[in-house]
Amino acid sequence: MTQSRWKLYLFLGLGFAFLYVPVLLLIIYSFNESRLVTVWSGFSTKWYGELLRNQQLLEAAWLSVRIAATNATVAVVLGTLAANALVRHGRFPARGPFELLLTAPLVMPEVIIGLSLLLLFVAMENMIGWPNGRGFTTITIAHITFSMAYVAVVVRSRLSQMDRSLEEAAMDLGARPLRVYLTITLPLIAPALLSGWLLAFTLSLDDLVIASFVSGPGSTTLPMVIYSSVRMGVSPQINALATIIVLLVSVAVIVAGLSMGRRSLGRSP
Amino acid sequence: MKAASRLHAILQGPDGRRLSRLANIGVPYLWLALFFLLPFLIVLQISLAETALAQPPYTQLWEWVETGVLQIRLNLENFALVLGDELYLAAFLNSLWVALVCTLLCLLIGYPMAYAIATAPERARVLLLMLVILPFWTSFLIRVYAWIGILKPNGLLNNFLAWLGVIDAPLTILHTQTAVYIGVVYSYLPFMILPLYANLTRMDMGLLEAAADLGCRPFKAFLKVTLPISLPGILAGSMLVSIPVVGEFVIPDLLGGPGSLMVGKMLWTEFFGNKDWPLAAAVAISLLALLVAPFMLMRHLERKLGGDDL
Repeated sequence: MTQSRWKLYLFLGLGFAFLYVPVLLLIIYSFNESRLVTVWSGFSTKWYGELLRNQQLLEAAWLSVRIAATNATVAVVLGTLAANALVRHGRFPARGPFELLLTAPLVMPEVIIGLSLLLLFVAMENMIGWPNGRGFTTITIAHITFSMAYVAVVVRSRLSQMDRSLEEAAMDLGARPLRVYLTITLPLIAPALLSGWLLAFTLSLDDLVIASFVSGPGSTTLPMVIYSSVRMGVSPQINALATIIVLLVSVAVIVAGLSMGRRSLGRSP
Repeated sequence: MKAASRLHAILQGPDGRRLSRLANIGVPYLWLALFFLLPFLIVLQISLAETALAQPPYTQLWEWVETGVLQIRLNLENFALVLGDELYLAAFLNSLWVALVCTLLCLLIGYPMAYAIATAPERARVLLLMLVILPFWTSFLIRVYAWIGILKPNGLLNNFLAWLGVIDAPLTILHTQTAVYIGVVYSYLPFMILPLYANLTRMDMGLLEAAADLGCRPFKAFLKVTLPISLPGILAGSMLVSIPVVGEFVIPDLLGGPGSLMVGKMLWTEFFGNKDWPLAAAVAISLLALLVAPFMLMRHLERKLGGDDL
């Protein structure tokens, strides 16, 4: 039994190596002095310096961050409402289609979501004059549509595992439902809201395909810049950028994960 | 002031429950209907249109020829092309093939990993699970990009193998189907591990002990007990991997080559390259039709796996 466990852990280690080595190599080679990404010629941070002087890239990054933050905030609100509906409102009319619409964006190929939303925006513009052109608004709307599905999954699982006795106690003491929700339920599901927000943020920051369909001239997002430069070949600047993104996201996820883990550990007996 | 107090009264009163129901169900429902459901109907409509040198580049399906006479013209050419053309057929078949191969590979790699994590000591489990989830959070595009530097002819893998003396001439991996397999398995592995873990962690380990007490060998116990119990997890993970992979664009575009044609890339080329919106829409509708059955299976499993929060 112990021998088979040993093999199992070895396999697990290899699996994690497969998942992590490519990104580690990317990080290491971002400090490579040579322009040839695969030949090591000495330590240097010059690519980070070049990155900071790349105006086009910085503008795209700023646009992407703004879209991601707006998207995450709206997606948390809509996703939480949807999770409330599914967990708290029992069997309502057309619950089936509602769940269907909420699950489909999780697996729907991005090319389909992107194309269909673009055609919607074009048709709407012809009919009612809105949205006038494509850019920040259309990309954000597209991102909210699939992000809210992810938020709903995260919040829903938290909401359905939640201990409801505190809410019941507050109701018994005469607190109104809305007050109970705001002062008791929301703080209890706050970790899920935070991780839902972070998830929606990174999903948006990462999206190339959908943004390419629904963006317009003058609204190039960071993944679109990365993609066009990657098509030209591997470049050390992109390695440096990737390193920054990976480190920022990892720190955010680890902090969020630890705070959530601590909270749930604190609650379990 | 009066309106505010009336609103307050509604929020506090018995109507408050109805209002909350309306907000919780109605708002997200409306959003999804408008930005997720309606677009598909428009795609369907445009897939039946003809390409035109206009802005937007397609014809209207209906027009009023005279007062009171509506003329509707449906064009099935796009579907005839998608379903009849050899190139499209090859792309569809290859997409399904890539999804199948990669789902099996993910299962072969992901199952032992999920099992190891699910049976690990409680304290280690949180950390191990986090290690599975973390790559899921880091940029997909960047993780696919990382493989270009590894797989290209003078890339890290070839340099490493040459240094070991295993190969004399560099292997051609980038821009082949193999590179697509590697990229897809690498990107989608966490999607397989997570549902499997969720399933295995709920398994009663006492069942295995009972099997062992009754003289069952570990491998046989795995086949007879663990595997059947984890079947819903296997199927759920397989759907989460295979459905999006069929329509994948980034991986075949960056890592694949002429020999690894996939539907997602064809759609992209029709739209951005050839500016043929109706044909791209027909490709999207065909792809969607292909994915409906596996999606329904996934939903069914999800319900069985315990989305029971009613």
